Amino acid sequence: MSEILLQIDGVNVGASEGMTILEAAQNAGISIPTLCHHEKLEPFGGCRLCIVEVASRGSTKLVVSCVYPVEEKLVVRTRSEKVDRIRKTILELLLAHAPDSPELKRFAKDYNADKDRYEKDASFCIHCGLCVRYCAEVKKADAIGFVDRGIRKEISFIPEIAATVCNDCKECFPLCPTSYLQAAFVLTQALAFPSASSDPAATQ
Amino acid sequence: MEIEKIDQIIDNHHGDASALIQILLDIQSENNWLPKEALRRVSERLNVPSTRVQHIATFYKAFSVVPKGRHQVHICLGTACHVRGAPRVLDSVQEATGIKAGETDLDFKFSLETVNCLGCCALGPVLEVDGKVHGKMTPGQTADVLKTYQ
Repeated sequence: MSEILLQIDGVNVGASEGMTILEAAQNAGISIPTLCHHEKLEPFGGCRLCIVEVASRGSTKLVVSCVYPVEEKLVVRTRSEKVDRIRKTILELLLAHAPDSPELKRFAKDYNADKDRYEKDASFCIHCGLCVRYCAEVKKADAIGFVDRGIRKEISFIPEIAATVCNDCKECFPLCPTSYLQAAFVLTQALAFPSASSDPAATQ
Repeated sequence: MEIEKIDQIIDNHHGDASALIQILLDIQSENNWLPKEALRRVSERLNVPSTRVQHIATFYKAFSVVPKGRHQVHICLGTACHVRGAPRVLDSVQEATGIKAGETDLDFKFSLETVNCLGCCALGPVLEVDGKVHGKMTPGQTADVLKTYQ
């Protein structure tokens, strides 16, 4: 099984062909921070928080560990001055979008990130894609997707599909690092398929 | 847009899911925009999730999910056109059509957009209508050019 040997933070780790650095590290009990990773989903490489420094054949480079496959004799450093500095900046940029996310706040403490470094632009969604990918890959429902691009990119439910499947599922809710997903769902529900209990006329 | 027309465009591409963008482009050029019913039909026929169709239709600027006019007016505001007075050309077009950049008039005659370079800087300022380039524009000439479109 363990056919590839590599070194992570000075510890020799065995891994099998096709595994990512992140999986190898998690198997060896080494923690790497992640936001967009989920074990049931395909690697996405969206948040870049799991960035690590790898050295092979004499040179070092920065790679995203959740999508980088393991290689023989790879030397990985999960914490270094450079890695920490990049993670700090990523967190500060994300905190400008979602200043009160508990998950981000916890990481911010670890990396000494200042939530006020960048001007607030509270869009709340940090585009980790967990809800979109979970709905598509695990539930195969495709009730939610991304629309638009760049700074206008956002998540959007397909009202016709959401009306039939979401009320009985909601499995994506706990995945969201910012709670924006729940807000988007309530908004879609209110506009497209108000439930009887949310209609004041029906409860009277 | 009739469902038969959409089906025909899909059939032209043999209902192949990998031709999704090409199919959307064909519908866009036939109809000037992508109505919700068209997106739904494409999603059903190609067996592609509507989330993905929606993502692609909103991602590319070549697609529009809001109604567009019969004639697409593009005004170049690239550097060369800009220094040769494109903002004044834009003003005169906005006045002649009664719409601002990014809008469509109520008769669905014109949709007005600004673009950042059409690649023919020597002809600046450039006004493009339905792909036809009108070069060396002056604010006084724009109304005459637009009059030739029905």
